[in-house]
Amino acid sequence: MTAPTIDLATFEVLQQTTGEEFVAELVATFLTEAPIMLADLRTALAAGDTAAFRRAAHSLKSNANTFGALTLGAMARDLELSAQAPLPETSLERVNALDQEYARAASSLAELTGA
Amino acid sequence: MRDSAQISSRLLVADDNKVNRLLLTRSLELQGHRVASAENGRIALEMLAKEPFDLLLLDMEMPEMDGFQVLEHLANDRQLRGLPVIVTSSLEGIDHIVRCIELGAEDYLPKPVNPVLLKARIGASLEKKRLRDQQAELVRRFATPEVAQDLQDSGFTLGGKRVEASVMFSDIRGFTSLAESQPPEETIELLNTFYALMFDAIGGHGGVVTQMMGDGLMSVFGAPMPLADHCGSAVRAAREMVELIDLFNVEREAADKPPIKIGIGIASGEMVAGYAGTNDRATYTCIGDIVNLAARLETHTKVVQRDILIDQETHSALAEDSDIVRLGLVPLKGKAAAVTVFAVNPRRAR
Repeated sequence: MTAPTIDLATFEVLQQTTGEEFVAELVATFLTEAPIMLADLRTALAAGDTAAFRRAAHSLKSNANTFGALTLGAMARDLELSAQAPLPETSLERVNALDQEYARAASSLAELTGA
Repeated sequence: MRDSAQISSRLLVADDNKVNRLLLTRSLELQGHRVASAENGRIALEMLAKEPFDLLLLDMEMPEMDGFQVLEHLANDRQLRGLPVIVTSSLEGIDHIVRCIELGAEDYLPKPVNPVLLKARIGASLEKKRLRDQQAELVRRFATPEVAQDLQDSGFTLGGKRVEASVMFSDIRGFTSLAESQPPEETIELLNTFYALMFDAIGGHGGVVTQMMGDGLMSVFGAPMPLADHCGSAVRAAREMVELIDLFNVEREAADKPPIKIGIGIASGEMVAGYAGTNDRATYTCIGDIVNLAARLETHTKVVQRDILIDQETHSALAEDSDIVRLGLVPLKGKAAAVTVFAVNPRRAR
């Protein structure tokens, strides 16, 4: 059994503690920022820039977990922890998988906030 | 008490990630705080330098200047050293957390930050800061800035260290009969003015008042901070004290009050300076033969009707000064051998 794209319990707590309207804004911010982080991840991978790779993965992990996108968070965490020179050969594959998981999380979040 | 302290608190959030920044700011605003935010460590430090904050929430991974650099900077900044910092980070590895705490962070909250935990940690940090501020304020009020700084820099320990310094004793002549001739309220007022003038003159020349005994003051030049020309500084302070009293007497005369006169004794050399007392109650003071000598010289001012008396050691360190008179060998109470004493003439505008 795979983990759900968005952990609803986490997401609802976020809404309760900070307000639904605010969460909608926060999701919109994430949907604008995350593609930049994903692009940063690819750029860093191509350049072999371990530190930049780790930072981008770190940010994605942190934001994903905030919204309860636990699968995305776990995948980003794996990438963060793998960020040691030289970056593993499987990195590109994993970044592609991360992209796909992000697409799923993004559409779920958009749905949840009625965007 | 805690809630009222929290409501007016001003917090700074430093995080390069926009989602994190917005979320933390929102959570803190909902808890009643006023919140500003910075995108990296450099901007955070700039803001801290410009306006006062009660607490900093600091992310570690940031471009330009990361959280570790911010913590290092804060630890070395006298003004900002007391600012509580709560690190909010999702950095992997316990060694990072340990490093934050070692660098002076007050607390560590893993991201995503749990709002309940956040509230509790912030409340505790602000309360601790309030107590620290209160303590610092007490130290400021009852200790001299130098002693307060020394306490802040090296902490409090009983015991002393050897220093080269000048000690000065001063008091108001005939204070007891003066106090008896007027209502106590007037005496307190007189003492307060006297203290204000004397502290100003002593502090202005790098001296530190270590003890106040009724109308008497003991001060030291050269401790806790070394002072290059402690003898000269002490003598300049003494002259200024006499000048200030002269000015004060003009005012008193105009108000139909009798003038006051002070006597000052200065001796220089090696002594032990430090905190004496118990762990609960202690004062910064100096101890040694030199200190006794300065006290004796002050007493002797009454005998020879001089304003300022200094010892040989102090005199030797001074530049040529035609306004200093050698009074010769004087037997002083408590001293086996007679001591060479010099009288310093104040610069009187008469």
